[in-house]
Amino acid sequence: MVPVSYYLILSAILFSLGALGVLMRRNALVIFMSIELMLNAANLAFVAFTRVHETFSGQIFVFFVMAVAAAEVAVGLALIVTIYRSRQSVDIDQLSSLKG
Amino acid sequence: MTQTDFSTILPVTILTAWASLLLLADLFLPREQKGWTALLAALGLALTMGITLAQSGQEFAPGFGGMIVRDGFSTFLNVLFLLIGLLGIAVSHGYNHRMGIERGEYYPLMLFSVVGMMLMAQATDLIVVFLALELLSFPLYVMAAFAYPKPQSEEAGLKYFLLGAFSSGFVVYGIALAFGATGSTDLAYILAAVSTGAASLPLLTAGAGLILVGFGFKVAAVPFHMWTPDVYQGAPTSVTAFMAAGAKAAGFAALLRVFGMAFPALAADLAPLMAILAALTMILGNLVAVAQTDMKRMLAYSSIAQAGYILMAFAPFDNEAARTMAVAGGLFYLVAYTLASFGSWGVVIALERAEDKGLQITDYNGLGRKYPLLGAAMAVFMLSLIGLPPTLGLIGKIYLFRAALEGGLVWLAIVGALTSIVSAFYYLRVVVNMFMREGQPQVEREWWLEFAIGAVAIGTIIVSLWPFPLFDWAQQAVMVLF
Repeated sequence: MVPVSYYLILSAILFSLGALGVLMRRNALVIFMSIELMLNAANLAFVAFTRVHETFSGQIFVFFVMAVAAAEVAVGLALIVTIYRSRQSVDIDQLSSLKG
Repeated sequence: MTQTDFSTILPVTILTAWASLLLLADLFLPREQKGWTALLAALGLALTMGITLAQSGQEFAPGFGGMIVRDGFSTFLNVLFLLIGLLGIAVSHGYNHRMGIERGEYYPLMLFSVVGMMLMAQATDLIVVFLALELLSFPLYVMAAFAYPKPQSEEAGLKYFLLGAFSSGFVVYGIALAFGATGSTDLAYILAAVSTGAASLPLLTAGAGLILVGFGFKVAAVPFHMWTPDVYQGAPTSVTAFMAAGAKAAGFAALLRVFGMAFPALAADLAPLMAILAALTMILGNLVAVAQTDMKRMLAYSSIAQAGYILMAFAPFDNEAARTMAVAGGLFYLVAYTLASFGSWGVVIALERAEDKGLQITDYNGLGRKYPLLGAAMAVFMLSLIGLPPTLGLIGKIYLFRAALEGGLVWLAIVGALTSIVSAFYYLRVVVNMFMREGQPQVEREWWLEFAIGAVAIGTIIVSLWPFPLFDWAQQAVMVLF
């Protein structure tokens, strides 16, 4: 059997990859995907910790997080589509009309 | 769902149902009659506030297996959130109409956001905190982009969304780690696990740190403040007023609840961190605000700086004798900040014209001469934000500085006092422009807006003359936390 710690290490790696992706990528869609990766890393951690503590609550929280992530997709994609319509681009470096 | 569960979430349920029905009712209103939607939304908030206040003396058992409570702390904050919602509608209606962004879904979105804030104050389980955080944030992302296809507004919406979602990623991962350390997300259970030694402290500290980062984004504390000026400037000013007060107050509600109830054992580790965050936030917010020429950006940096002052309430976190007073002082200052910030954004709304005209600080030249009442109200808000008499801001700062001194953090109180002096420079510049300089400011006369500005200005002065009832209420509210 694979030890639980492996899952936790994987989840930490996924979370770091997601956070780095948000900070380093310039395409709004890719940034958004990186954020989803962070949420899913948390889900993996929840499930792994549920195994450690032998309760079910952690697995139920995963559903909450997934539902929130789905709602986030609805809002986020709507915003990205609106931006794309007016600028033909979703590169965040071009989003610089606000400065000072 | 039992009777207890239901009475715990009664105000929240009413407001949710009202907002859902309003969304439906709005479909039948023609575009030029959206004033009715605003009025109905305000009615719903007033009704909820009436019920919250009428039942404020009662004791409620925790509902939903201890996940949601309705206690003095949540009642105090819920009244504040409902007030923020009412003021938000008052300053929005005329502005949205005049800017051509009056869409009916605006008001239900605002109500849903208020529901999220209320749940945030009532949550005693990290998962409910997370759900409330998202419920409060999603409507704000949409509202920030409400002036689409105006590029600045779209940009503000996307920036707010990406950074908000990024920060909630930190919150979720922090919750997962706290769950891993203790085996539960219930705040009382976490506390018990820590005190019996069943919890893994390094894991819990890491989790608390990540949660702190996430909420640091929400309340716009340095170094997590980068989004604030852009979003506050790009979003429609009516939305900015609402989120500058509401999202910040809700973020602090969750911080106080989570860190007060679940993590006192980590206080020795976290308190210095909080003090450093507070100091950085005050210094950077105030210094950068001095250099601004745009009113919205200046107020955005001012709101960052104000978050630093409220964070001072956490300074004596590890000092049991002082922390009740400190947190009560924080709640008190939150009220003072809400009123002053709403008032000043209201004045900005009164002066703003289409295509971002009337937003420079020089556009306020002569305001006090041409419109003495409006000028006087703005002067009151500026004085309150600096912390000068006769305003609520002064009383709040006295409580906060005393908290820092009692917690043994003399340096933090000195930083607070020095940055307040720096802040006087840019706040008073507005007052000087209004009363000492010549100019032809153009002001929109709107009944709701003027009423809101006037009520907030009078409240800021009157409560400061006799602040003890409010402070006593705040003190009773925080009793439940410790």
